[in-house]
Amino acid sequence: MNMNVAIVLTLTIPLLTAIAMLALWGKSKLQVFIGGLSTLFHLAATLWLFRDVKAQGIQLLSIGNWPNGFGIMLVADTMASLYLVLSAFMALMAYWYAISYIKSKTSLSIFLPVFFFLIFGLSGTFLAGDLFNLYVWFEVMLVSSFVLFTIGANRQQFEGSLKYVAINVLSSTFFLVGIALLYGLTGHLNMAYIAKDLPLVSNQQLPNIAATFFFISFGIKAAIFPLFFWLPATYHTAPIGLTALVVALLTKVGIYALTRFFTLIYPLQGTILQTVMLVLAALTMVIGVLGAAAQVDFRKILSFHIVSQIGYMVMGLAIYTPLAIAGSLFFVVHNVLVKTNLFFIAGSVNTISGSYKLKELGGLIQQTPWLALLFVISAFSLTGIPPLTGFWGKYLLARGGFEEGNSLVIGVTAISLMVSLLTLFSMTKIWNEVFWKPNPAGEQPKLDLLNLLKNQPGMMLSILAITILVLAISFAPETLINWCNESTSIISGRQNYINSVIGVNN
Amino acid sequence: MEIVLAILTGLLFAAGLYLMLHRGIVKLIIGIMMLSYATNLFIFLIARITRGVPAIINQAKEVLTPPFADPIPQALILTAIVIGFGIQAFVIVLIRKVYKVTGTSDMEKLNSTETID
Repeated sequence: MNMNVAIVLTLTIPLLTAIAMLALWGKSKLQVFIGGLSTLFHLAATLWLFRDVKAQGIQLLSIGNWPNGFGIMLVADTMASLYLVLSAFMALMAYWYAISYIKSKTSLSIFLPVFFFLIFGLSGTFLAGDLFNLYVWFEVMLVSSFVLFTIGANRQQFEGSLKYVAINVLSSTFFLVGIALLYGLTGHLNMAYIAKDLPLVSNQQLPNIAATFFFISFGIKAAIFPLFFWLPATYHTAPIGLTALVVALLTKVGIYALTRFFTLIYPLQGTILQTVMLVLAALTMVIGVLGAAAQVDFRKILSFHIVSQIGYMVMGLAIYTPLAIAGSLFFVVHNVLVKTNLFFIAGSVNTISGSYKLKELGGLIQQTPWLALLFVISAFSLTGIPPLTGFWGKYLLARGGFEEGNSLVIGVTAISLMVSLLTLFSMTKIWNEVFWKPNPAGEQPKLDLLNLLKNQPGMMLSILAITILVLAISFAPETLINWCNESTSIISGRQNYINSVIGVNN
Repeated sequence: MEIVLAILTGLLFAAGLYLMLHRGIVKLIIGIMMLSYATNLFIFLIARITRGVPAIINQAKEVLTPPFADPIPQALILTAIVIGFGIQAFVIVLIRKVYKVTGTSDMEKLNSTETID
């Protein structure tokens, strides 16, 4: 069997870089240089893999050349490779941002190896072909994120991390119990084999129990109501430069795992969990956005908004029509880009004004009109104002929901549209407080784009690059929508996935 | 034997969750440990307990014939133990730091991340 180089590179580049970073401890210039190259190469490798998947279909790698279904398999289908490209791009952006954000040499030395272990864990999560392997990748990713949240060591960070660690340990426990149940029922760990054999199980109640365990476990990671409380308690505590990648992708890994599980292994259509998921999606959207409305801190508002946006993605999955699931995937891409950009801008505002509290900020429209413009683009996109990306995501979801015809689905979709208005309200609040009202500390010297680029080069570059990508997707969304459609054509896609994993050797 | 182990697994899960819901941060780590023991025992049980028949192929035969003890869950437990151990070590260091920084071991008082100011 030939080796799939693109898959190997996607995993080995971050792993080797992380090890090199440990070896080069303290030589920060060299570390930063190698890290920069490595993130670029990693992005190139994922793009290569994506191209291969587009051209030749699902890419497989059997580690140790075991027959399929026995050893560890890495599987890249369109959805996985799209997530991989997205995570590699965000890793590059977060890297630029971080190296210009982190001033302390010690923090940088701890940050760099852990950052690459995080990328390693993320890439593995998207590639994992069996459930236990998925668990191990999850842990690689989580342990890295635990460390990232605690670098810097102020009181809030420790308090937030303790809650974050505790809830994630609980989530991993549930995940393992679910895996054990499915193994006991089917005798497989490979996702495709489980998917094939699960309908043949004699007691059809047990898969429901296993699915519930997975739903709770992934639901904690994705921050679904009522399992989201760790998120607003953690995300605003650590410096943005350190945790940007975690903030951007961790909850979306939960969404990825939910989508993978409930389309491949346990088709959601017509089960009781579908109704539960729809109701929870609605509650997640509403409660997230209401929580945001009550906050008076830049990052806390954004954190609650993540919860609210997660509701949209879960809604897309729960509606369970091809269009809605494609919409959900599109929404993930949109949200990772836009939400991270807003966090980046918040960090940039903090660097300029030294605060995240809305009360202490102000006058940035005078001080840095460029930053204000970049904020407006992202905020409008998050709200869903046409023609920006949020509009296309919400359009796909709403159309999927209204076409479905079921009254519960239509109700939830209607709620999602109302939540957009409340999103606009919080964005307006940030706009009024941070940019529009006069600065409480008096007039500040003006910073144009060149000054900004000089003061915080990496940070501004990544904000600009993400904004350009968001605008590009906004004005030409068709390619991305097609990719999303293709990767989530649930009925044919599922059979295709199972066949290609099982069918190569026998 | 299976029924005893099943009840024990249930008890461990219950005890672990109960301890995690406590206010003391030391009880939190004990709860986390109990939960991981419970999970490991659960994985062990799910493979059905077979006694005295290791998964070794008899010299006279080509393939493994049942009944034999399923080795895969044991491999899974081994991995889960190692990962669990790593995480427990991290949590122990973390709660020590939390105690040093905040001066309290009461979870109720660790709420400065939730206040609206």
